[in-house]
Amino acid sequence: MAAITDSPRTTARRTRSAGPRPYGRAGRRLRDNLTAHAFLIGAVACFALFSWYPMVREFVMAFQRTRRGHTTWVGWQNFIQVSHDPVFWQAWRNTVEFTLLALVFGFALPFVVAIGLNELRHARAYLRILVYLPVMLPPVASVLLFKYFFNPSFGLFNAVLSALHLPTSQWLNSADTAMFSVVIAATWMNMGSAVLIYLAALQSIPGELYEASELDGAGLLRRVWHVTIPQTRLILSLMLLLQIIATMQVFTETFLLTGGDGPKGSTTTVVYLIYNYAFNFNNFGAAAALGVIMLLGLAGFSALYVRLFRESE
Amino acid sequence: MKRADLRRLAAASMVAAIGLSGAAACSGDKNGGGSGSDSSVLLDKNAKVSISVDCQPPTTKPAQRKQWLDDIAAFNKIHPNVTITSKDASPCEQPAAFAAQLKAGTQTDLFYAYFTDLGAVLDAGQAADITRYVTPETVSTRNDIDPSVLDTFTADGKLYGLPRNNYKMGLIYNRKLFGQAGLDPDKPPTTWDEVAAAARKISALGNGINGYGEYSAANTGGWHFTAELYGLGGRMVTADGKKAAFNDANGKQLLRNLHTMRWVDRTMGETQGYKWPDLMTTMVAGKEGMYVGAPDDITYMVETLKGDYADYGMGPMPGGKGALLGGDGYFFKKSLTPDQIKAGIAWLDFKFLTPGKGQFEYARNKADGLPVGLPEPFFFTGASAQKESQNKATYATIPVANFTAYVSTQVPGLVEPPHAQEIYKVLDTTVSAVLTDKNANIDELLKTAETQVNQVLANA
Repeated sequence: MAAITDSPRTTARRTRSAGPRPYGRAGRRLRDNLTAHAFLIGAVACFALFSWYPMVREFVMAFQRTRRGHTTWVGWQNFIQVSHDPVFWQAWRNTVEFTLLALVFGFALPFVVAIGLNELRHARAYLRILVYLPVMLPPVASVLLFKYFFNPSFGLFNAVLSALHLPTSQWLNSADTAMFSVVIAATWMNMGSAVLIYLAALQSIPGELYEASELDGAGLLRRVWHVTIPQTRLILSLMLLLQIIATMQVFTETFLLTGGDGPKGSTTTVVYLIYNYAFNFNNFGAAAALGVIMLLGLAGFSALYVRLFRESE
Repeated sequence: MKRADLRRLAAASMVAAIGLSGAAACSGDKNGGGSGSDSSVLLDKNAKVSISVDCQPPTTKPAQRKQWLDDIAAFNKIHPNVTITSKDASPCEQPAAFAAQLKAGTQTDLFYAYFTDLGAVLDAGQAADITRYVTPETVSTRNDIDPSVLDTFTADGKLYGLPRNNYKMGLIYNRKLFGQAGLDPDKPPTTWDEVAAAARKISALGNGINGYGEYSAANTGGWHFTAELYGLGGRMVTADGKKAAFNDANGKQLLRNLHTMRWVDRTMGETQGYKWPDLMTTMVAGKEGMYVGAPDDITYMVETLKGDYADYGMGPMPGGKGALLGGDGYFFKKSLTPDQIKAGIAWLDFKFLTPGKGQFEYARNKADGLPVGLPEPFFFTGASAQKESQNKATYATIPVANFTAYVSTQVPGLVEPPHAQEIYKVLDTTVSAVLTDKNANIDELLKTAETQVNQVLANA
């Protein structure tokens, strides 16, 4: 204890505190970082107004109902109503199906494409632009393009399949293939960003690791397995988490390609159901309740995922 | 008694007094309108009033926009104390934006809405009760407006809005394709068997032409299911509105008709999942023979999609036992002052509710190249209806004979079911199942839909 008391640092503190104290420690910190705080105020205010406040309102509205202009507290009634909705479970099944299919294609494919691009010696920049181009197209334009491609009568995909003497498909017109078709369009639309992120991660891997593995006689697949994947594990796991959160909130693609529901409700997703509650049925309480269920579900999943990832490290 | 209770009592007394005076004013009026003796409902010429109104025609419709501005100028000559601020929109209502506006209370003072929006508008607490202000003195045609149309703006005996347009669903068909297929363009089908037979002949033309088209997405499948069920004599819900009523012989017949045309006759094409306005696009492209719709679909096909009035005709709803009614009008924002409500009613009377003026000034419409002769709106009865139809016939610019079958066949109009959008969403799935699954089990589909609609009605 004496040693601590006698340390120069503590002495200095004692010396300062013996003098006049126009401001407290917090006040001094505030004064020292005034500029930084001023810059922060705008961002914090924006977050508070456009992110946090709506979230708080959502939680509040989830327990309220408005009838004839009067808003009343209804306890868990909205949650009971949405969970008894005839399409509640179908919407969750469809959403999970989209997420799983999107993981198979939307997660794995960009990684493979990024590895391919990274291995190229020539035209890498051009190909990178080519891969990123779909992201620059407005989503509505991309979706309308695919709507034409999927047309069973005169669409591009069936024309190609016919030319190859392969069986054609009903694509968006069949409950069996509608969701798969949506995944194809969504993967094409969103792949570019993921490829760029993976490419950046791949290029940060030290070249010596590859050289060493090549000297050990490793082929491409073994290099990917033993060098690329372990070295990009962090970014891969982060992208996986972000992709699951993003795909669980799928809306634009299904809304524009199939009108939301799709054949026999095969593309009705949870977010589309929320949209319907709010903007078609004018039931903002039920929409908020479903939003809260989804928020809690995704938050729980994210926490579990991060914990499992940490434990596996 | 608490102060708040006292205030409530005072307010209730005032409302009762107003109600009594209104009732007194209305006594002797069999249509429920005022007797016209209440001068307090007339707009005070000395009061400066400002109102905002939406659904002004956009700049992309120059003739309609000019008419709107001219009408405001003409209105201001009569009512110089009223300032009208217009807000343009096309379409006049975007359901998602409208729902958000209602929630936030950011709509204009007089706001456009569909007949079916009454429940949502009242639930949002956004509509003013205009009952006592709507009298034959303030709305010259008050007693000639079809009471069933005013009913769509009425809840618990209170009037909340006034109509602008109304329609009855029917069968829209492509006269050109009818001619090419050897069908009589002046005799549209009136039963579903005739529709199926005509569809077969039209599809036989080939070149990707479909005989009949149907919506099945974005709630429009359920909407059309309702219209077609009414045509067959069925009902969506029981009289008390508490149970689904479509799982009967009519509902099964309707779905069987669609299934046969889609999978046996193959007259509906491979592409399904259509929603409004997809079928208008295919019809203008000359690829659709028939579909169920309203007269203003033809306006859209001509004005927006550049079709030709001569190519389209309209027949009554197949089955002929009932036709789904629809339409739109204006509500009054709850926060309006009495003077603003009076000014708003005066504007609507001038622009939308007087034969020979505003939207009914057919001589002007003809001169401006706008269509005259469409069988909508048709919310007048009695002398106003006669005057309106005479004017329309005098200045008709479109081939009105193309609508003869639709106009001359008396089909009773029926309103949409309660919680229409929720019910339509359920039936969307049913219709899309029939149109996308060759092996669809109609009995099972209807049973599932019935259970789901019963759940919707129970939860409401």
